[in-house]
Amino acid sequence: MSIGKERGGGDYLAGARAGLPFALATLVLGISFGVLARSLGWGIVAPIVFSVIAFSGSAQFAVVAVLGAGGGALAAIVAAVLLNSRFLPMGVAVAPFLKGGPLRRALEGQAVVDASWALASRGGGRFDREYMIGATLPQVVAWIGGTVVGVLSSDVVGDVERLGLDVIFPAFFMALLVDELRAGGRTIAAALIAAVLSLALVPWVPPGVPVIAACAGALLGLKGSSS
Amino acid sequence: MTTLWVAILGVALASAAIKALGPVVVGGRELPSSASAVIALLAPALLTALVVTETFGEDGHLVLDERAAGVGVAALAIALRAPVLLAVALAALTTALLRAFF
Repeated sequence: MSIGKERGGGDYLAGARAGLPFALATLVLGISFGVLARSLGWGIVAPIVFSVIAFSGSAQFAVVAVLGAGGGALAAIVAAVLLNSRFLPMGVAVAPFLKGGPLRRALEGQAVVDASWALASRGGGRFDREYMIGATLPQVVAWIGGTVVGVLSSDVVGDVERLGLDVIFPAFFMALLVDELRAGGRTIAAALIAAVLSLALVPWVPPGVPVIAACAGALLGLKGSSS
Repeated sequence: MTTLWVAILGVALASAAIKALGPVVVGGRELPSSASAVIALLAPALLTALVVTETFGEDGHLVLDERAAGVGVAALAIALRAPVLLAVALAALTTALLRAFF
């Protein structure tokens, strides 16, 4: 599969095609979310509603973790917000390329998920709107469909780790990262700063914070203008 | 049960708000060039952090386990110009095999 970074004008279909492998990984994650939620006694309706209205794997798993450990609703919401705060800079980055008035932009911004955002990045801070939305659609279907399958089936969660499926997402991100790094120079420096920051912070701060703190690596862009 | 629904609605609203904020506030304006330069480096920085936390992070600890080997294999495969799907499949296979035999 080619990532299609060379594409100029985007289209939804090409984006959807690029999003398919991510949808497969999302399906597996959705199933494990459904199974986990069910095992916590959430019933069938609540996990499915959650996936439909939140559509956020990382946030939903955080809620499972917090509530499962006996935490309250507020703690769960704070954990989810910390994890999803990375969508703030991502949203700012794609903003100039979205269309319409505030309401429509707010809606289009919902299409920002890690994989689609990265796939739609065209380098130099440019983004392909249609490609990003197209890439998100199969992931939405997979996430909700996976949740449904998960809550309706029983113990398949053990298999996720046994089959190594938990590395699908980091491996995908690594693949996209290696492609980014071919640009060399400051890209590599920014990635190194991000790596050091996130490694250093993981043991000390709540999940989600290391990722958002690592954005500081991008501030390297303020220095000089050689690229 | 109420706790669960409060959490569900709260998280859904908060997530939607976070994703809407940038597009609504920035709108269609062209960002100043200094901001663009920062944003151009956001992708590698964020991707790196996601790789690091999802590979080495577990419940607030750093761990070195089978995931690292899998992700390493994926990086190598991509560097050698393998297709993304193959790289990811090799990563899962590596991790699964290591878990099965060690």
